[in-house]
Amino acid sequence: MLLYDLVIVGGGPAGLAAAASARENGVEKILILERDKELGGILNQCIHNGFGLHTFKEELTGPEYAGRFIEIVKELDIEYRLNTMVMDISKDKVVTAMNREEGLFEIQAKSIILAMGCRERSRGALNIPGYRPAGVYSAGTAQRLVNMEGYMPGKEVVILGSGDIGLIMARRMTLEGAKVKVVAELMPYSGGLKRNIVQCLDDFGIPLKLSHTVVDIDGKERLKGVTLAEVDERGKPIQGTEEYYSCDTLLLSVGLIPENELSRGIGIEMEPVTSGPVVNESLETSIEGIFACGNVLHVHDLVDYVSEEAKTAGKNASSYIKNQRAKGNEHKINLIATEGVRYTVPKYINLEQMDDNLTVRFRVGGVYKNSYISVYYDGERMLHRKKAVMAPGEMEQIKLEKTKLQQYKDLKNITVKIEEE
Amino acid sequence: MYDVVIIGAGVSGCAVARELSKFQVKACVVEKEEDVCCGTSKANSAIVHAGYDAQNGSLMARLNVLGNEMMENLSKELDFPFKRNGSMVVCFRPEDEKKLYDLMENGKKNGVKGLKILSREEALQLEPNLSDEVTKVLYAPTGGIVCPFNLTIALAENANQNGVEFKFNTEVMNIIKQETGYLLKTNQGEIESKVIVNAAGVYADKFHNMVSEKKMHIIPRRGDYCLLDKSAGTHVSHTVFSLPEKNGKGVLVTPTVHGNLLVGPTAIDIEEKEGTATTREGLDKVIEASGRSVKNIPMRQVITSFAGLRAHEDRHEFFIEELKEAKGFVDVAGIESPGLSSAPAIGVMAAEIVKDILDLKQNEEFQAERKGILNPETLSKEERKELIRKNPAYGNIICRCEMITEGEIIDSIKRPIGAKSLDGVKRRTRAGMGRCQSGFCSPRTMEILARELEMDMMDVTKSGGQSKLIVGHIKEEIE
Amino acid sequence: METRELICIGCPLGCMITVQMEDENVVSVEGNTCIRGDKYARKEVTNPTRIVTSTVKVLHGDKNLVSVKTKEDIPKGKIKDCMRALKNISVEAPVAIGDVILENVVGTGVSIIATKNVEKQ
Repeated sequence: MLLYDLVIVGGGPAGLAAAASARENGVEKILILERDKELGGILNQCIHNGFGLHTFKEELTGPEYAGRFIEIVKELDIEYRLNTMVMDISKDKVVTAMNREEGLFEIQAKSIILAMGCRERSRGALNIPGYRPAGVYSAGTAQRLVNMEGYMPGKEVVILGSGDIGLIMARRMTLEGAKVKVVAELMPYSGGLKRNIVQCLDDFGIPLKLSHTVVDIDGKERLKGVTLAEVDERGKPIQGTEEYYSCDTLLLSVGLIPENELSRGIGIEMEPVTSGPVVNESLETSIEGIFACGNVLHVHDLVDYVSEEAKTAGKNASSYIKNQRAKGNEHKINLIATEGVRYTVPKYINLEQMDDNLTVRFRVGGVYKNSYISVYYDGERMLHRKKAVMAPGEMEQIKLEKTKLQQYKDLKNITVKIEEE
Repeated sequence: MYDVVIIGAGVSGCAVARELSKFQVKACVVEKEEDVCCGTSKANSAIVHAGYDAQNGSLMARLNVLGNEMMENLSKELDFPFKRNGSMVVCFRPEDEKKLYDLMENGKKNGVKGLKILSREEALQLEPNLSDEVTKVLYAPTGGIVCPFNLTIALAENANQNGVEFKFNTEVMNIIKQETGYLLKTNQGEIESKVIVNAAGVYADKFHNMVSEKKMHIIPRRGDYCLLDKSAGTHVSHTVFSLPEKNGKGVLVTPTVHGNLLVGPTAIDIEEKEGTATTREGLDKVIEASGRSVKNIPMRQVITSFAGLRAHEDRHEFFIEELKEAKGFVDVAGIESPGLSSAPAIGVMAAEIVKDILDLKQNEEFQAERKGILNPETLSKEERKELIRKNPAYGNIICRCEMITEGEIIDSIKRPIGAKSLDGVKRRTRAGMGRCQSGFCSPRTMEILARELEMDMMDVTKSGGQSKLIVGHIKEEIE
Repeated sequence: METRELICIGCPLGCMITVQMEDENVVSVEGNTCIRGDKYARKEVTNPTRIVTSTVKVLHGDKNLVSVKTKEDIPKGKIKDCMRALKNISVEAPVAIGDVILENVVGTGVSIIATKNVEKQ
């Protein structure tokens, strides 16, 4: 059996940043296991620009952003295996992996960082009725075909879902010669960035239909068209609003789901709201020494935050491996998400183990204008920050200071909520 | 001139083909689709019914019970997944309980073994997620679940291995009676045969009516289903039926033999013989009705929905016979539920009829055993390592949800009746059948198909015909 | 006097901005919440520009395509011409991030550069 200090599952932005951070914090034997044929993960197919404004203070494309981290990982001489699938992880941190060259092999790790990323919701998850012809793709699959393989999945396109991948693909397909007829969005607001709506849709005159969904799929062999309908407040289609669009392609950009089959296999406690593991202040899962970061933990809006989170995970894994963590887990503080806040990462804090500062990330459940992010230490409001706008598509964060938490005697619960005033 | 041409490569046609291959016969299966198992056989409940509900004395009842008995041995001979998980029929109202007893009596007369009525408490011991409404249960331990794709494919491969030809993308346009036998006009030219077996599913009436004045009428009865993720697969361990309704057996909730959860079907009579589109109303009905018999079904875990067509003949009976008015023309028609369960027995019965017509001799070289696609997950770690050493393609995972390797996909393509499309690969290996519904693996599987079949990526289809997945190269359309 | 309606892309707020124009000159900017909005609106109505990203064929590489971008933003009106210019070109592997693939694309003075490394096969 191979022995490593740290095994990182996934060589995308989270895995790369976690590896670099662990090495910089003195971990020697690190191994990244990547299932694809190159490092970089999904960034390799995100050839558009807009990445890295926070991290590098410049606008990079996905492959460039990944390239920066790949270079760092190579400079730090961190080992990685490509085309390697992790099949199973045991509670005592034995990782079973497989590839063509080495076959099925096992690695005993002292610590593990989960960085498997996420996958797209499929048509099935939406239960869209109709036929099941060729030509219905998730936006990411189409993105791979177009950007990495140079194929056009279709010529006349309807897109369901106005998340950023959907918007980006509307522009990519248009630029490469397809006609994008419409983007439909179930919600009354877009889940994507304003800038993407302007530059990916408005620039090309592509209409965005809010509160609309696909109610029928036509075509037995290849897609012939879809029927859109307006939906009511509960998302139910309104009869009589149906409109038929002929098209040969339907792209679905209807949400991302953290890919946690391995985590569930280990028996890690999961958070139903995020579909990611429950983690503490160290981004450590319910199993000691197994950490999680990036989109496998919760779906992020910006890759910059993935890198930042992964850096923390790498550093914490390093403290764990070197047995340098502060002792004691006497004082546990729960983080409670309520009233407009859907979840928080982390979900609880071991005060003794907490660093001086802690970033708590979360998402809101609706669109809020001129509202406040409020943080209560038990019953007392300790933070009340006005935001001009908050939307489900964007991640929010607050910072907690250890000294302040320590000052507050017997603090049990920190509640994060949205208040109108 | 063939001895026999079988129209239709669904489970019935393939079962007949396989049974016929036990004799010395020049036989051919013609199929309008690109693969076997493309019609009714691919979209159904995947249940091997115990046989209590078919009317005692009917052919349906006899072949159901017989087919159920045969299925286990057949699954071993032909290496396809089958599990006797037991069925339950649940009843919601004391006044309906008599119907359970009637069903049991009917079943006993049909020869179904082990039937018994369970109290609510007894049933909950076996199936804790039964809904609060359930008052009594008919329990049928011989009920089972099967993989309909692998059953059909296994039958076809074994038939082929024993000499039966298969012609795909071959649609029969007309059948003309000749002095000896029949002339089939197809879109691929003419085929002559002494005997015709009409196993055309929802189209069986069309072919029957070409040679007979005694008209047959088959109506496609659509059933919508939802398939749930494997994480929901243990929600029930038995197949849970509601009491039968006018148009069928009602909505069921069942584990599949691969560990998913399946709910459905509806029963809607339609005109269109290719009308496999699901509807909102249908899917909603499935969700509502399934919740009545089993509680807390995690519908958020739905990974796909689909619709299948039952080939319902007006008289609701199987018709397996040589037509008196058209000698040498053998119907295998009206094969709706329990058609899948009955398939092994249907095959035997139809083959016997053909044997008598043509006075066939035993095929001494008949090979009863067929080996399925190797599933590396069934191997020990050491065996799996050895397999990858010999063939590294088994070390390369293509479908991440179902953990299907390149080795399995290549095997599925290179077999005697190999996969030619994404769906063909999916039905044989399960690649693309998991929770991401082929989002990750479809581009990779397409590459493997193109490489192994030496075709252009542009010509790779989802399911044959015009179902092309790629329409061109980037920038081609920029003027 | 011409009126242009814009959505500011500066932040999630997405202010609706109204710009009054006299010939080519901005007379007034209204509806923005911050100075970034004003700046964006003035540029967008007088000289809108975009970064264009796409891919170009690679010969003899370990990949068939290399992703590319315009090194700086180019006038919005030239996006289609830019794509057309990329249609029939190809580059020989190896290619490194930052390599110039095409100089002065459609007379903009801006180069197309590679955004990915492609090794020689």
